[in-house]
Amino acid sequence: MTLFEVMDILDAKVLVGREELNVEVKTAFSADLLSDVLAFAKAGSLLLTGLTNPQIVRTASILDIAAIILVRGKIAPDETLRLADELNIPMLSTRYILFETSGRLHAAGIVGCVEKVGRDDSVAL
Amino acid sequence: MDLASIVKELNLKVECGKDQLTQEVSGGYVGDLLSDVMANSKEGNLWITRQTHQNIVAVASLKELAGIILVQGKGPEKDTLEKASKEGIPLLVTDLHTFEVAGKLYKLLS
Amino acid sequence: MNLNYENSFTIEGGNFEDAGKIAVEIKKTLKNMGITGDTLRKTAIATYESEINIISYAKRGVINVRVTPECVFLNIKDEGPGIEDIEMAMREGYSTASYRIRELGFGAGMGIPNIKNCSDDFELTSEVNKGTHLRIVINMNNS
Repeated sequence: MTLFEVMDILDAKVLVGREELNVEVKTAFSADLLSDVLAFAKAGSLLLTGLTNPQIVRTASILDIAAIILVRGKIAPDETLRLADELNIPMLSTRYILFETSGRLHAAGIVGCVEKVGRDDSVAL
Repeated sequence: MDLASIVKELNLKVECGKDQLTQEVSGGYVGDLLSDVMANSKEGNLWITRQTHQNIVAVASLKELAGIILVQGKGPEKDTLEKASKEGIPLLVTDLHTFEVAGKLYKLLS
Repeated sequence: MNLNYENSFTIEGGNFEDAGKIAVEIKKTLKNMGITGDTLRKTAIATYESEINIISYAKRGVINVRVTPECVFLNIKDEGPGIEDIEMAMREGYSTASYRIRELGFGAGMGIPNIKNCSDDFELTSEVNKGTHLRIVINMNNS
């Protein structure tokens, strides 16, 4: 599905990347711990998180994450938004908690998918 | 839905708390930052996290959560297991990652 | 495609605001050189985790990147407390992170294991109260 549809399902606001909502996504990774994201998240995935610091954007950039979804109505601080804009990472904010956000996307067909660091195969869970 | 049914449906491994599975689960909560879980989880929630250290037991106890699901197949540390057994907090393990198990739990509870 | 490059980056300990900036820059440079796929991803992750470690624990550190047609070499040295128990540090989940580090989303104890998983060759040495030295080789993928 596209980020447009994600926005719809999550009743989300677009914080960064209004022109990039056509991006297609199939997978998602939910985490508050960045090392986990670095260890497992697959390129092209959505990153669902409660963290709002600039490191989430850098992590997303390192891993070619398709977009960041902030949960619980969080609005990221200016420095995070500026960085997301600079590094071209779309960022949305939804009022739902991480549990419900994951639930809604999962129900809509988004799959959890991990790519173990160091291996070529990716695993669909 | 009661915890025992959820354990069955999601194929969770019960590390401790076998006798506390009759309680009703009010909802799910996903979070790895303890301060966030303390502030925002609700009584009776089933908590999904990848944190395995003993501090998770205190949080679950204080917030009266239904139990804790540990993800990525990572079982609790020894201290955590001891504490949870003492406090009567069910510790459950899944091989799935957070997004998937949250998705499945969400479906069960809807 | 010119695959010969070398550069060093200094990182100040405690500078959480800029955490990851160097890794992002290195990734961009390598991507512009035509490096892709697994090599790029592994280099990106290894440099990022190293940078976070320096910022989280050391006084300061240097990440040296050297690219050749065969592989990427990362030579990472820091001045700081060093690692007391290297064997423990290599274990997933073992962490000496402070509360502040954890609240930022780091400190899950995956840093060094992540780096090792990204490396085709990995050497970690450390001296308590002096610092840590990490040498990593990442082979060029056949893409």
